[in-house]
Amino acid sequence: MKMSGADIVLECLKKVGIDTVFGYPGGVVLPLYDRFPAHPEVRHILVRHEQGGGHAADGYARASGRLGCALATSGPGATNLVTAITTAMMDSVPTLFVTGNVSRNLLGKDGFQEADITGITTPIVKHNYLVMRAQDLAYTFAEAAFIAQSGRPGPVHIDIPKDVFQEEAEFEWPTEVKVRGYAANPRIDPDMIARAADIIDAAERPLIIAGHGVILSNASDELRAFAEKTGTPVLNTLLGLGSIRGDHALAYGMLGMHGSYEANHAASNADVIIGIGNRMDDRALGRFADFNPTAKIVHIDIDAAEHGKNITTHAPVLGDAKRVLQVLTPAVKQNTHVEWVRWIDDLRAEHAYSMQIPSGPEISVQYVVNRISQINDEDLVIVTGVGQHQMWAAQHMKFTHPHQLITSGGLGTMGFEVPAAMGAQVACPDATVWSICGDGGFQMTFQELATMVDEHLPVKMAIMNNGYLGMVRQWQELFYKDNYVSVAMSQPDFMKIAEAYGILGIRVTEKEAVDDAIRAANSHNGPVLLDFQVEAEGNVWPMVPAGASLRETVEAPREQQGVNR
Amino acid sequence: MKHTVVALVEDRPGVLNRVASLFRRRGFNIDSLAVGTTEEVGISRMTIVVDGAEGIADQVEKQLDKLIDVIRVEDMTNAEAVVRELALIKVRCATTQRHEVRDLIEIFRAHIVDVSPDHLMVEIAAEQDRMDAFLVNLRPYGILELVRTGRVAMLRGTGTTAVHEDEPEAIERFHMESGRLPEGKLPYVSD
Repeated sequence: MKMSGADIVLECLKKVGIDTVFGYPGGVVLPLYDRFPAHPEVRHILVRHEQGGGHAADGYARASGRLGCALATSGPGATNLVTAITTAMMDSVPTLFVTGNVSRNLLGKDGFQEADITGITTPIVKHNYLVMRAQDLAYTFAEAAFIAQSGRPGPVHIDIPKDVFQEEAEFEWPTEVKVRGYAANPRIDPDMIARAADIIDAAERPLIIAGHGVILSNASDELRAFAEKTGTPVLNTLLGLGSIRGDHALAYGMLGMHGSYEANHAASNADVIIGIGNRMDDRALGRFADFNPTAKIVHIDIDAAEHGKNITTHAPVLGDAKRVLQVLTPAVKQNTHVEWVRWIDDLRAEHAYSMQIPSGPEISVQYVVNRISQINDEDLVIVTGVGQHQMWAAQHMKFTHPHQLITSGGLGTMGFEVPAAMGAQVACPDATVWSICGDGGFQMTFQELATMVDEHLPVKMAIMNNGYLGMVRQWQELFYKDNYVSVAMSQPDFMKIAEAYGILGIRVTEKEAVDDAIRAANSHNGPVLLDFQVEAEGNVWPMVPAGASLRETVEAPREQQGVNR
Repeated sequence: MKHTVVALVEDRPGVLNRVASLFRRRGFNIDSLAVGTTEEVGISRMTIVVDGAEGIADQVEKQLDKLIDVIRVEDMTNAEAVVRELALIKVRCATTQRHEVRDLIEIFRAHIVDVSPDHLMVEIAAEQDRMDAFLVNLRPYGILELVRTGRVAMLRGTGTTAVHEDEPEAIERFHMESGRLPEGKLPYVSD
């Protein structure tokens, strides 16, 4: 059937299972917007800034495991997506970004609102397209959705000139997608499985580092089965939290720059490290050259380029985490490592003070996030910004299931918390979504409060208001001799902001009022903005200084342990 | 160390940009890059010479392979391969010197492609060593202008770096089952 490019695009969105588009209109996408009413199956959510739309699509995808979609016009609309696209790329989030561009005859002529957006996004997407004919749209969307969701997932960007939306073409949905330069699901090499199994069977102090890949491939059950059969303790990267229940007997939380003392020392003392769906990143591993140089490394990842990128790998196993574990688990021997697990347990007990929640009279972020976690059910969805509150959330909240924690790990995007929480709430309308916000990050993207109001999205936004860019301040304190430069921030009256947007605002100044505020927010059927006035100069401990090894994990000075300063 | 990497890529707009962007972004040093058509319509072949340690070559290969438009990557550095680059050289040469220059040209299996009273233009297709030696020997006469192409390489014997579209294994790759994708089907085809 012949139809316009705009209609084809909307048909394609339905075909690839996109029911929600976070978008912002503009000149060149008008032909597309004109056709939205004719396709009511595709819900268009009008955001207040394209970056917000991009992060919302990202949050939607992370919360649901489905393909997220954002739409923007040409030029500034498209360039506003760049931060969101890069965020999704760094964290391997399946997302589809659609932009309009100027008509074909104006491309390259520097016309009004023209930007070379495919040129701009090339290094920050898994793949991108500039579609020059309406007849190519259907195949392009099919291929784009396939690429975004398969293999190592990631953002795919489609740029469409205005007159391609207007051009008529036959709509034919392809029956197969064939990308000869792309192996979505590489064959698992039995020799490599055997090599990995030999290393694992010979291990005395094995350790698993489970990353985002476990969640992306729905491999939580397989991870648990593998860990239990081999008796191997499990650490998580920041994005891997939730891939195994935090209270599982073999789960030891997060490693890395703000990982626990026992996790970092376990990683430094293991004789075999099994990375599963993680990128062996500097924030998790510390200084690469000193990351447990004697351990044998087994690295399960679907992206061959991650093998050996940062550290030498003894058994690089290429493949989807779930499928690899399905083959690997039967290939390894049943085992226990009682001594080793006890060693870590003892370390945990001895160093429990290093991650204690401050007991002083002031409100601490640790206390608030822990209370949010305790008061809510296990199915709570947690979205964070970037900085101290993000690390404290990772340390002090309980993670019980995949897709529970939504945070910008790789790119570290401040301002992610508000729009991503909005997207998560759209994806999971019945879930309780709490956004743990920094007072800095919140001010970057809170224009989306208006979108939440329009769309009746009852996100609970908890600002950890310490009047500082806390993590930057902590670094200035520790590494720049207390020389505080551009980190103290004056604040607007957040209650008036809540009022201006017509949502419930709750200010919390006393520790005793924290629980009531959380409960009040939970019982309110609408967005809530909470201003928790927390201690100004708390520091996140333990800490591995940038460029140090995990062995050099620093704990809080005695006078800061377990008390407010 | 110099590595010679061959990449077969989709002949589409923007592919060269993707490859160049990747090299820039990852800090890989390109010594030379040669792009051209192949025996198969729709496939271009890039021969890239990269300077760097062993680990770099591994990353170059894997990162290139990760690009959707890159179909196949092969490291030819230690392969039994014929390696050539082409140069055009405008060299000063008085008529009295013609004989000795022509001797050189013959020894190095080069050709004269243009002549004027005081210069010659020479064409040579050679592997790196022969090319370098030739230039060393020509230099004393005065090289007025020099242009070199990037290196190209092809495996000796019956082995090829070609991709055949109907290669069963290649087809199978795209239709294999996955944790998330139903076997042989698009993950999202609703009807």
